[in-house]
Amino acid sequence: MTDVSPAVPHYPAGAAPRGWFHRNQQSLAPWLFLAPGALFFLFYVIFPIFQSFNISLYEWDGLSPAEYVGLSNYRDLYWEFVDRDAFYVSLKNNIIWLVLYLLAIPAGLFIALFLNQTVTGIRIYKSLFFFPFVISQVVVGLVFTWFYDPTFGILNTILDWFGLGPINVLGNERYVTYGIIAAGLWPQTAYCMILYLTGLNAVDPEQIEAGRLDGAKGLRMLWFIIIPQLKPATFIAFVVTIIGALRSFDLISIMTQGGPFGSSRVLAFYMFEVALSEYGFRMGYGAAIAVVLFLIMLCFIAYFLWSMYRDEKRA
Amino acid sequence: MKMSLRTAVLGAAAAALMASSAFAGSDAKLSGDLKIFLDTSNPAPRATMEAMIGRFQEKHPDLNIETTVIDREEYKTQIRNFLTANPPDVATWYAANRMRPYVDAGLFEDVSDLWQDAEIAENLASTKGAMTIDGKQWGVPYTYYQWGVYYRKDIYEELGLEEPENWEEFKANCQAILDSGRKCFTIGTKFLWTAGGWFDYLNMRTNGFDFHMDLAAGEVSWEDERVRKTFENWKELIDMGAYIDNHQTYSWQEALPFMVNGDAAAYLMGNFAVAPLRDAGLTDDQLDFYQFPEINPDVEMAEDAPTDTFHIPANAANKDAARAFLKFVVSADEQTEINNGKNLGQLPVNAKSSVDDDKFLNEGFEMLSSNSPGGVAQFWDRDASAEMAKVSMEGFQEFMVKPDNLDRILAKLERARQRIYK
Amino acid sequence: MFPKPIERAPRAWQLTYQGLLPVALIAWLLPLIAVAIFSIKPDSDFTTGNYWGWPSTFEGINNYRRVFFESDMPRYLLNSVLITVPTVIGAVALSSMTGFALGVYRFRANLWIFFMFVAGNFVPFQILMVPVRDLTLDLGLYNTKTGLVLFHIAFQTGFCTLFMRNFIRALPFELVEAARVEGVAEWRIFWFIILPLMKPALAALSVLIFTFIWNDYFWAVVLTQGAESQPVTAGITSFNAQYRAAYHLMSAGSIVAALPPVLMFFLMQRHFIAGLTLGATKG
Repeated sequence: MTDVSPAVPHYPAGAAPRGWFHRNQQSLAPWLFLAPGALFFLFYVIFPIFQSFNISLYEWDGLSPAEYVGLSNYRDLYWEFVDRDAFYVSLKNNIIWLVLYLLAIPAGLFIALFLNQTVTGIRIYKSLFFFPFVISQVVVGLVFTWFYDPTFGILNTILDWFGLGPINVLGNERYVTYGIIAAGLWPQTAYCMILYLTGLNAVDPEQIEAGRLDGAKGLRMLWFIIIPQLKPATFIAFVVTIIGALRSFDLISIMTQGGPFGSSRVLAFYMFEVALSEYGFRMGYGAAIAVVLFLIMLCFIAYFLWSMYRDEKRA
Repeated sequence: MKMSLRTAVLGAAAAALMASSAFAGSDAKLSGDLKIFLDTSNPAPRATMEAMIGRFQEKHPDLNIETTVIDREEYKTQIRNFLTANPPDVATWYAANRMRPYVDAGLFEDVSDLWQDAEIAENLASTKGAMTIDGKQWGVPYTYYQWGVYYRKDIYEELGLEEPENWEEFKANCQAILDSGRKCFTIGTKFLWTAGGWFDYLNMRTNGFDFHMDLAAGEVSWEDERVRKTFENWKELIDMGAYIDNHQTYSWQEALPFMVNGDAAAYLMGNFAVAPLRDAGLTDDQLDFYQFPEINPDVEMAEDAPTDTFHIPANAANKDAARAFLKFVVSADEQTEINNGKNLGQLPVNAKSSVDDDKFLNEGFEMLSSNSPGGVAQFWDRDASAEMAKVSMEGFQEFMVKPDNLDRILAKLERARQRIYK
Repeated sequence: MFPKPIERAPRAWQLTYQGLLPVALIAWLLPLIAVAIFSIKPDSDFTTGNYWGWPSTFEGINNYRRVFFESDMPRYLLNSVLITVPTVIGAVALSSMTGFALGVYRFRANLWIFFMFVAGNFVPFQILMVPVRDLTLDLGLYNTKTGLVLFHIAFQTGFCTLFMRNFIRALPFELVEAARVEGVAEWRIFWFIILPLMKPALAALSVLIFTFIWNDYFWAVVLTQGAESQPVTAGITSFNAQYRAAYHLMSAGSIVAALPPVLMFFLMQRHFIAGLTLGATKG
């Protein structure tokens, strides 16, 4: 931010119009600047959230008029939970996603530490390592589907060298979710890696030297000196990873369609399935699932906002 | 959906002997735009449809025809959107219960007037039932096709096997095939419906057509002993290891190579599987067909013969042109042309059309005309309600992978039935 | 610097590290390399079971020619461009204004409006699926690129506002105050003082939003259908349905679909990373 001398048109005092607007422009201006963006956002994002709450109280196939059914969609969800049907499976998988997706954070840190050197060509290495994040999840899903393919997949070829396998990752109800998460971790780890590489750049060298003098080395140094300084990077990595985990849809849709027999569903996919997929005509039910997903996310949103609020107060 | 193709198909057989007469709709001047949405996204059907539309265009040069081909799987989810928001003038779909949501919501045009037309009334009588809801007709069919067992004749000959006539022979054949180091059947259940085909046949052979339809209509409990019997029969095959491994990860197309390479000896499929099998290099000396054999001698044979259809959306802009197009599609000449072996390779719906001289079409036509006394079903996901079809086919897939979960699966399906058909 | 710079390590370890780098990279990118090799293989390699071996003949040109001339891929690519570019422009324009409003002015509702954007941005967007689909249907924008663009702009405004506002907060506020003393109108402060300073943020956001939108699949499926309006992420699934089990063509198609954001990333790498990591170093 060096060139701080842009062409500011110079208004001689008194030459500018001095109407009511001008006198109040400092209090009006923010609202005028906000209006287009905020209205747009309200219209397309905030109101629909409330609409979803409303739709979840209706039985509606999306074609005929909707019928008000009160909380009956939620009661159905409850019974699906009790009977361990699709909703239970989706919820359980969502929690597995949330927990395992966080592995992207340490994995990203590990790769960042590995690459945080200044040998020749390291810049190219860094960008190639980051590569998976730029690719569409649709393509990532396809690639991993072939990777896991039970007849020709390279995974089974490799397992075979060690005398293991074959396993049909995406066809086995016990492994399928983990298989998809592994595919999702690939780009997510790249994302966390880049966050940490930037974070490591900003680590205070004096503190490292001070630590070295105190005899801190290796893991101790990492744990007591480096990681605390990486806190902002960790926070952002945490936020984007949680969001990514709860939004997981593309990979499931591409890799398994929720199968085999529905065992890889998550809430985001299940709601699409019941509301808009080939055999799904239950918009209200889909909205109810969305509300549940939203409530889970709300815990995290509240936490993010609270920590931002704290930072704002401190600033 | 108790309709029977049989009677009219018999008529068709007779009519096919006569030179087919053309009735290609009136040649009144049509103008404006005609938007056609197709789900025939596979290469051969796509080319067939585009050629047919080309012929229609020649007849009506002033019409500006715009064709959109949507992927067959995606089409199934998108139809509800475009019917309300962005309706074309003509759209493909499926007969029977599969069209009910759109009929109930008033999104399909009532085309009963077309069915008043003497030529349609007479020549398409066989499919009228499948197109009728609440006493009205909501579209026209353009093709139908038989289901059955397509098998590798050369493998059967090598092992000295005959086409099975009953369940015992069916299983004995399978055992012989397994002993030769192959699988009896290939199947890909990733998109679930292929398992629905197996259920259709096993249930219709075990309990008969009427029971099958009652089950599809939600009138019988899934925990009924008769349903259980069907699954027990199925389990015999599964326990033998009759099906290829990992079928839950394949689409039906991805399951084809197993048969082409000779790793599996047969495929329970619709006749549309013939084209890709031939494309993959199987000759008619290697490939043959038989009707799914009898299981319970006390029930009549019944078949799956899904009908694909054309409809006019209620909000279409150019309904005159759309009606003319529908008439054109079902005309005897067009039916003969589009269903021949070089094109769709399926059966024409018009009794005056001729069935192409193709081994599989002839066998299928013969089977549906004379050996399906019990009735003709559309297909599980067209006969049952959408939601029940989804839940149950997922159950079938699970059963094929984990047959020991049967009780849990049936309990789940019964819960779903009670909720869906309340 | 942490870990310890490799130059200060023993020679042997230095060499090991240099050797380890390419090995690690190949392992990391293995799935992609496989797809790249798939895409230049002839059809026959797949029928003869030569999946992971070296291509028996080089068919790259032929495969890619078929993607470009015998499928709807070019149309999908064009759609993607026509969806992505207006979204980037719209979202960046709107959010530079909202970011300016929230970053420069102090008023009571400031923080709450800011939080609204942030919270909306974090929402699992599936909750918007049913209402936004209906809204788009009602507006007559279903299955149009416009419908998709409008929603994307609105939704991305949340993230962009967060970004812009934080960026503007870090600018020297004295500039604004000095201009006000001079009697410069507020919109001129925005246009002539703040906007030029925001160039790096604008570049970073543009690249980032480009990638996000290009790779969107969910909304493409919910709001569009068919080759007339679907972007390439959705197009690739129908492309694949058309060529199912034709792995060489599916691979070539995937690579074509993935290429634009990759190019964008390599050309604009500095901005891209700046955008992605904003806040990662800020205490």
